[in-house]
Formats: sequence, structure tokens, C-alpha cells
Amino acid sequence: MLNLFKIAIRNLLRYRRRTLMTASLIAIGVIFVLVFVAIAGSFKLMMIGQITDSMLGHLQIHRKGYVASIDNLPLNLTMKPSAYKKMVTVLESSTDVDAFSPRLKFGGMFSNFTETTNIRLNGVYPEREFRTVPLLADRIPEGKKTLERGEIIVPILLAKGLKVKTGDPVVIVATNADGSVNGKQFKVVGVLESATGPGGRDGYIHIEDAAEVLRMSEPQVSEVAVRLKKFDRLSTAASSINGKLSGEVNKEGTPIFEVHTWEQLSPFFNIARMIDVMTFFIRITLIAIVLISIMNVMIMAVYERIREIGTIAAIGTLPRRILSMFVIEGFCLGITGAVIGNLIGGAIIGIVNLVGIRFNFGQQKGLLLEASLAPGEMIAVSIIVILVAVAASLQPAFKASRMDPIEALRHV
Amino acid sequence: MSLIVAQNIQKDYQVGDVLVQALRGVTFDIAPASFVAFVGPSGSGKSTVLNLIGCLDKPSAGKLIVADTEVARLDREESASFRGSHLGFIFQDFNLMPVLTVYENIEYPLIMVQDVPAAERKDRISRLLDAVDMSGQAGKYPYQISGGQKQRVAVARALVTNPSLVLADEPTANLDSQTAYAVINLMKRMRDELNTTFIFSTHDQKIVGEAEVIYRLVDGQLENGNSPGNNTKGGTLHA
Repeated sequence: MLNLFKIAIRNLLRYRRRTLMTASLIAIGVIFVLVFVAIAGSFKLMMIGQITDSMLGHLQIHRKGYVASIDNLPLNLTMKPSAYKKMVTVLESSTDVDAFSPRLKFGGMFSNFTETTNIRLNGVYPEREFRTVPLLADRIPEGKKTLERGEIIVPILLAKGLKVKTGDPVVIVATNADGSVNGKQFKVVGVLESATGPGGRDGYIHIEDAAEVLRMSEPQVSEVAVRLKKFDRLSTAASSINGKLSGEVNKEGTPIFEVHTWEQLSPFFNIARMIDVMTFFIRITLIAIVLISIMNVMIMAVYERIREIGTIAAIGTLPRRILSMFVIEGFCLGITGAVIGNLIGGAIIGIVNLVGIRFNFGQQKGLLLEASLAPGEMIAVSIIVILVAVAASLQPAFKASRMDPIEALRHV
Repeated sequence: MSLIVAQNIQKDYQVGDVLVQALRGVTFDIAPASFVAFVGPSGSGKSTVLNLIGCLDKPSAGKLIVADTEVARLDREESASFRGSHLGFIFQDFNLMPVLTVYENIEYPLIMVQDVPAAERKDRISRLLDAVDMSGQAGKYPYQISGGQKQRVAVARALVTNPSLVLADEPTANLDSQTAYAVINLMKRMRDELNTTFIFSTHDQKIVGEAEVIYRLVDGQLENGNSPGNNTKGGTLHA
């Protein structure tokens, strides 16, 4: 086999310029794919991280029907205490769950005593919330990154619009579940930058303050954000939790909970899918480049070496060995292109990180793109290139192996 | 005991609508360790005979036995295998692999055809390089040696697999007369040393006399009829 490789390499080196050009073409394709996958993939992961770790959590659990009315923040679709306790038991027993944060969400009026506007409020247990969505603290450029009773973190859009600063007193007025109105004064302790997607008007208060404003005897829960230990187990964990919770049914026998992953809750998931589709088509382009260039080179190689093929066939080389010889040439071309492409692609990704590309995403400014490429991705691209190179050389190799020695020896 | 037995061999080719009869009932037999020439003008059927003996083609009719094998019955894979184990080939244009050195060209059939172990390969090649007087050129590529040297390498390549029969189609056609004689004499010497049968085709009258058995072909037939007894042996033209 080593000798077959030696002969194949010698044959490739016979036409140095052509081999170099073909290998370069494959390498350029590999570089393009790797750099695109690294940048687009990193962008996607960064955005998913921003969305899940600063706001949504990896998955959310609501009372059945809540998500359909989520824009109204309905108070009549909060979880019943007994049901909530069962859910907590399920989450605490799950090995996939790292943290979870119950939220009481409601809409209210936000006043600085001279002006009033509407606001979406999240009543949370601060420690649990900051653990479940750890990037939330990074969205608070002004003020403290904790929350006590009587304090509020206000969204930056409202703070700017109503000229509210940290330390200012504000009033929250809300309509509670029975239709009566209640209000409470809070102290602004932080200003919250917008996250991508919904949440531009979301403020945070302590859940017990929320219950007080809404005149609840004890805090009710409208949603539970869940953080997983391993993000790549998202669908498995969601299915597992959903399976355990589906046993909890109401009097009509229908489940009382609904579990949604971030993908079902955020419109960014469609952008993430678009990135995946683009990556797929970039890969198809790479396959086409490799297929056409290798096939072209190997067809030329067969036509240029017809007499040689006749000679080796005449002296008794078995057809399958002739086929192997040409397939190995294609394989060597593929592997050369893949190795060069990986090396240069890796270097370009390193340079991109060294230079530091910053970009804006929604309201978030100056996000630093950290392009990274998993070894698995490099291996996958290399395997694709090598397999396609072998596949592309099969037809010319088969033609060579089936050549009639007499005809081949007569060829001029 | 004959190495080759050909009985009433016919070979027809269809060229468009025309049926070309390349061989028309040729009968001969060749003993082991013979030095045989097929001679005749261009188009007489010399190459066709060699192609049939070399399992590169199959007769349209008749019986052809080479080394106790009825070669017409072999399929493509078996033919290749038979060639690799019983036959050696020498070509008019030398047909050396341009990317391989002299040594590697001789080594090629041992690797690609016979899977001979490295130590034995080295031993066989060294002996043959000495025999064809090319030891000093072993590391050179075909483009670095002369035509005569190339044909000597081709002889070594044909013999390296220890075949019982070497077929040479116009082996001297691209050589000057002095080199042609040298190559024919080398083949003869190899026959003497290794007891390998050599069959070559030529239309060069000057080297025909070097053959010990001569078959003259004209228009696809042996000139004096098909009876083997009619063919003159021992360096005399069968005409």
C-alpha cells in the first residue's frame, strides 16, 4: 500500500503546477468553510448565550396556556402553589438542572412623579435569578448588581426617557388579579441595558414586592426559567422534564404545565437556523469545488496516461490495483488540500481573534467576536473533503481500470 | 512438451461494416526456452499473434494453449493474473514509467503484480541490473538514459517476475542497428541463462537471423501453410 502511495505522489508531482493549483483550490474552499463556520458559529453561540444567559434561561416552564397569552402577562394563569411545589420537586431531582428561577411577571405603570409610562415587571428571587441567568448582572452598567426588598432595576429605555437615575424614587402601579389597583414606591438601584428580542421594557423587583403590589397573600409564579448544566443536552433535558411534568394534570385530564426551550420562545432561533442553512450551503459549495476540481484533474490524468495504463495492465496489474492507484491520487490531493486549508484556516481564525472584531447586535454595542473552531468541525470538514476527493476520482479510476490494454497501448 | 500450442487460430475484427480477418487459421507450437521470431510486413498479423499469446486478446476461433492454460477461457481478472505470473512484456516504445527510476521500474511488477517481499525484490533486481549492465544507472529516470538503455531496463522489467515466456513486440524498431543487435543478443543471453522463452515480432530483416525459430506471416497466414512441420527451425526463415 505504501508503494501505491509513493507512485501516486510521484504521479501528482509529475504535474506540479496542476497539482498545486488543484490542492490550492481545495485549500481555499476549506479555508472559506472553516473561517465561515468559526465566525458564524461563534456569532450564533454568542447570541444564543446572550439570549439564554441574560434573560430567557435555557428553558421555561409555564402553566398551560400562558405562552399563548404571554404578551398580556396574564395574572389568572399563574401556577397554583400545590402544582408549583410538584414542579420544584421534579426540577430539584433532575440531574440536568443547574439552577431555576421562579418569576412573577406582570404589567404596570412606572412613574417618576411627573411622568408615567407602562412597564413589564419581573418579580424574582434575586440570588436565584442571577444564578439562572448569569449574564443579567452584565446588563447592569449603572448601580448595584443585586436587588433587595423595595428596590427596582429599571430598563435603560425608560430610565433615559423619564430621566431616572440610580437612587431616584419611583412608583409602580399595577392592576391585580381581582381588578383593583395598588401602588408601591421603589428606589432605583440599577439601570438595565436592553437584551436582544423582547425585554426592552422589562424591569426587575423582588418577588415579595411583586406579591405585595399585586395583593397576593404569598408570591405566585407565572414562569420558571431553568438553567441546564450542559447546554447541549437541551432537547433531552426538556423532553425528560416535560415527560415528568406531563403526569400533572387538571380535572379535565390535560397537563397543567408546558415546557418550552429557548428555541420556541425567541425569534433569534430563526436567525440561528438561517446561519445553519448558510453553513450547509457553504459546505455544499465546498463539496462542489472539490468534486469538480478533482474529477477534472483525474480525468485529465487518465487521458494523459493511457499508454502507461495499457503498459501496467499488460504486465499483469489487476484492474482493482489500477483503480486503487488513481483513487489514491485523488485521496492524496484531497488530504493535501484539507491539511493546507486547515492550517491556513486555523491561522486566519487566530488572526481574527488577535485583531479582535467587534460588532453591534440590537441594542448591545461592541460585542467582541471570539471566533473558535471545534477540532471536531475541522475533522468533519477534512473527512468531507477527503471522501468527496475519493468519490470524484472513482469514475476516472474505474475508466482506467476497465481500459482495454491493446487499445491503451496503441493510443498516441 | 510445448509451451504454446496454437491450433487453427482465427482472429476477426469488425471495423465499421467491414470484417477484417487478421489471422486466418494459424497453427504452430513453441517449445520451452525457444528464441522465436514472428516476421512479416506491416499488417501481416504479427502483433495480433503476440496479443493472443499474451492474453491481451482472444481468438475468434481455434485453440490456444499457453503454459498449459487455454487462455481464451480466462476472464479479464484471470487474464491479468495469468500475465502477471507467466508472461513478461517488452514494448517497441519501452513504456517505462516516467515517474519511476530505473530501479523502481524494474521493481514495479514485483510490487504491483506479484507482491514479492522487499528483500527478495532487492536481490532479484540487483541480479538483473547486473545482467543488463544497468547497475550504474539504477537511480536515473527514463528521461536520463538512452533508448538502448531503456530497452535493457524493459528487458529486466520483463524478466524480474521469472516468467516462462517473454513477448516483445518490435523491440528494436526504435533503436539503431547496433543497439538493436545488442538488445536482441541480451534477450538471447537471458534466454540462455534463465531458460525463458522469448518471442518477438519484427520486420527488420537484419535481426531476423538472430532468431532460432522463425514464423513468417503474410496476410494473416503462415507463409508455407499451417502445418508446424512446414516451419523451418534453427535460424532458417520459414519461407
